[in-house]
Amino acid sequence: MNPQAIIDGLVSGSTIGLGAIGLTLTYSILRFANFTHGDFLAWGAYLTLTVAGVLGGLAAGLGAPVYPFSFGWGLPLAILGGVVLTVALALGLDRILFGRLRARGADTIIIVMASFGASMALRSLLEFIFTAKPAYFTKALQIAKPLGLGMRATPDQLLVIGLTLVLVLALHLVVTHSATGRAMRAVSENPGLAGVYGIDVGKVVRVTWIIGAGMACIAGVMAGLLVQIRPYMGFDLLLPLFAAAILGGIGSIPGAMLGGLIIGLVEAFAVQIVGAEWRAAISFVILVLVLMLRPQGIFGQRGA
Amino acid sequence: MTALVLDDLRAGYDRDLPIVKGVSFTVTKGEAVCILGPNGAGKSTMIKAVAGLVPCFGGRVQLDGREITGLPSHELVRKGMGFVPQTENIFTRLSILENLQIAAQLLPRQDRARRIEAMLAMFPDLSSRPRELAGALSGGQRQMLAAARALLNEPQVLMLDEPSAGLSPKLVGQVFDTLRRISDTGVTLLLVEQNVRAALGLTDRALVLVDGQLAHDGPTVDLHDGKLLGELFLGHRAAETRA
Amino acid sequence: MELVAYAAFFLTMAMTYAIISLGLNVQWGQTGLFNVGIAGFVGLGAYVSAALTTPDAAERIGGFGLPIAVGWLAAVVAGGVLALGVGLLTLRMRSDYLAITTFGIAVALQLVFQNVESLTGGAFGMAFIPRPFAGLQGQAFAFNMVNLALTAAVVGAVYLLLEHLLRSPWGRALRAVREDEIAAQALGKNPVLLRLQAFALGGAIMALAGAVQAHFIGFIAPGNYLPMMTFQVWAMLIVGGSGNNRGAILGAVLVWAIWALSGALISEIFPAGQQARAASLQIVVIGVMLCVILLWRPQGILPEVRSVSRHLGRRTKDT
Repeated sequence: MNPQAIIDGLVSGSTIGLGAIGLTLTYSILRFANFTHGDFLAWGAYLTLTVAGVLGGLAAGLGAPVYPFSFGWGLPLAILGGVVLTVALALGLDRILFGRLRARGADTIIIVMASFGASMALRSLLEFIFTAKPAYFTKALQIAKPLGLGMRATPDQLLVIGLTLVLVLALHLVVTHSATGRAMRAVSENPGLAGVYGIDVGKVVRVTWIIGAGMACIAGVMAGLLVQIRPYMGFDLLLPLFAAAILGGIGSIPGAMLGGLIIGLVEAFAVQIVGAEWRAAISFVILVLVLMLRPQGIFGQRGA
Repeated sequence: MTALVLDDLRAGYDRDLPIVKGVSFTVTKGEAVCILGPNGAGKSTMIKAVAGLVPCFGGRVQLDGREITGLPSHELVRKGMGFVPQTENIFTRLSILENLQIAAQLLPRQDRARRIEAMLAMFPDLSSRPRELAGALSGGQRQMLAAARALLNEPQVLMLDEPSAGLSPKLVGQVFDTLRRISDTGVTLLLVEQNVRAALGLTDRALVLVDGQLAHDGPTVDLHDGKLLGELFLGHRAAETRA
Repeated sequence: MELVAYAAFFLTMAMTYAIISLGLNVQWGQTGLFNVGIAGFVGLGAYVSAALTTPDAAERIGGFGLPIAVGWLAAVVAGGVLALGVGLLTLRMRSDYLAITTFGIAVALQLVFQNVESLTGGAFGMAFIPRPFAGLQGQAFAFNMVNLALTAAVVGAVYLLLEHLLRSPWGRALRAVREDEIAAQALGKNPVLLRLQAFALGGAIMALAGAVQAHFIGFIAPGNYLPMMTFQVWAMLIVGGSGNNRGAILGAVLVWAIWALSGALISEIFPAGQQARAASLQIVVIGVMLCVILLWRPQGILPEVRSVSRHLGRRTKDT
């Protein structure tokens, strides 16, 4: 067994975990499995790419790689823009679609179906605008540096792992210790009662989309930076995202992150045995196992 | 001074099938009023509509002279409306303290800690272990926490939906003792009750709701022998059989 | 003449979709189960039937040259068994777990079609699938017409079967569970068992549709069974009217017509190099259409008769 799989697994697991956070939050607070979430990752990557292009046009120096990374100052700036735009996309979609269905009192599964329809439309719109050809944040090549024990990693990869850990820790602290986090946990337990307590549920819903879409955008940029940007990248990640959210326990941020890392590591090792062409099936197998053995997930609070 | 006014209120889940069919009454400040009525009369739906949890289709609700019809529940809390639902009235996956902190969030920053302290002092059962999950509380303690949460915001009007439901007779006594203490501080009380005996001891005035309409409004003492109440409830049944 | 032949081809394809849509109606319209893996069930039926009926081929296992009817029957069994397995795994849980799992099934089956070359022919797929009435293949018109008649007959048979079931005690119990699970339970109905049966029946019908379609076209490849197909069938049922079997058929013809016409339009308007790109607009249109219908006419063109679906209106609440 190649120890390099540990690094590969941690890197892809970071992306999956970060993406799964939004999914697990919308699942527990808005109470539906959001199939458009994968497309938020893809849109986040393309929107960031677009902003980076505009910034690069304004100031050419922003594109020059900053040692030891493969990208320049333009990318972190562009991510800010990308996050804002992805959040706007999610809030807009909630306003015209999900929010209306909620207000009408539609059954959960109708909202899931609407998210499925919207996901198809969003993904194909990306394909129409940017074509199916892969795009890249940077053309610079990076040499993986040895870390010992037969493992190697590029500076970009290490940055992704580190940034993910910082973001997850920060989010976890916000949810467990701030007033906003308390309100989110309250709404996730009982939205009707939250209103009686004086919580503005609409505001909590907006905060949920902001966090979820923001993390999705960053996860999408990471995936794009480490591999490539494609209109279908979010769709391909959807099953790992769901598997990570369910494995970790719906509603749990550390759970989603841990679930993502587990999925990433299992994928990286399993691929060595069964071959890369089966990668997409691995998260499905994990999902089925979780549903059979522990449907409430690692940190699940109640039977689903 | 009036605290709460309902004027021809119509409410329910379906516009074509209103459950509350035009109810009007006025509650004076400091009054303790109980709402009685047979099962399915719309008592619960009515106070949920006043609390902003059930859509109003017509009529008006005024709180302290201000129009509040159809406002969402979280805005009503800020305007001085306290509501304690019958079941699932606390967040069981949050700690006791967190339940109170959520309510305190509506207060000015400097008042929050003081009000939480005051509530914990008022309900000693809660103060012994504030960081424990509220889900670990017993039925009576849950009602205490629910009441404490509502009182924390110093509401003009406190409405309770069957506070005695599911409690043992001894606990019912405790809960109603607490409610009497609350009423004595000048808070206007409005409670829906099935437990007529307990409610009669606490409130000065009783409203009887039958089939979504007000069938009686008078001093609670009139209902003490149960005869009038029986007639009101049965009258409704007789009318139903005729129709 | 060419136009009539094309119309026959178009209608035959639409009829195969109508079978899938009827299968989905059992799962969603009658029972309220959200299947996001339709393409997997359809593909399974197609591959199972193809493996049994194609002539022996050197490069892969299978190719038993069995009669078409045997292939269809095997497809029905395979679809039913797969649905049963998925149902056993998820039907006790929240409704969206079924959605996620079926989504995963479709992804996994897609990989099987793609990767298990010795069984499925891999990316190239399987050819020489025997076509019904192959003896008539020389006469295009007659061939198209008998195939249309055969496919329409399958639609008719499935339709009659479902209508019969709908009126049977089983159908009534199914709707009772959908409308008010607790009340139905109190009457002694077992909701999980009923849902399982409906899901398996729907899966079997979808797999049958896959087999019928495969034998009509004579060639299958993994690319035929992408999530796109799932999505189209959903649009068909929702547009036509979920819960209504005639609506399911009407929706299939209508959405397939919109699909074919917009495809033709795109190939007229856009230059050859841009067509693949423009084709993605077709999907955008169908996706938006699905959302718009869910928002403004959730009952579809032909609403369910008898009782309004609980899923579409307000939730019923206690007083």
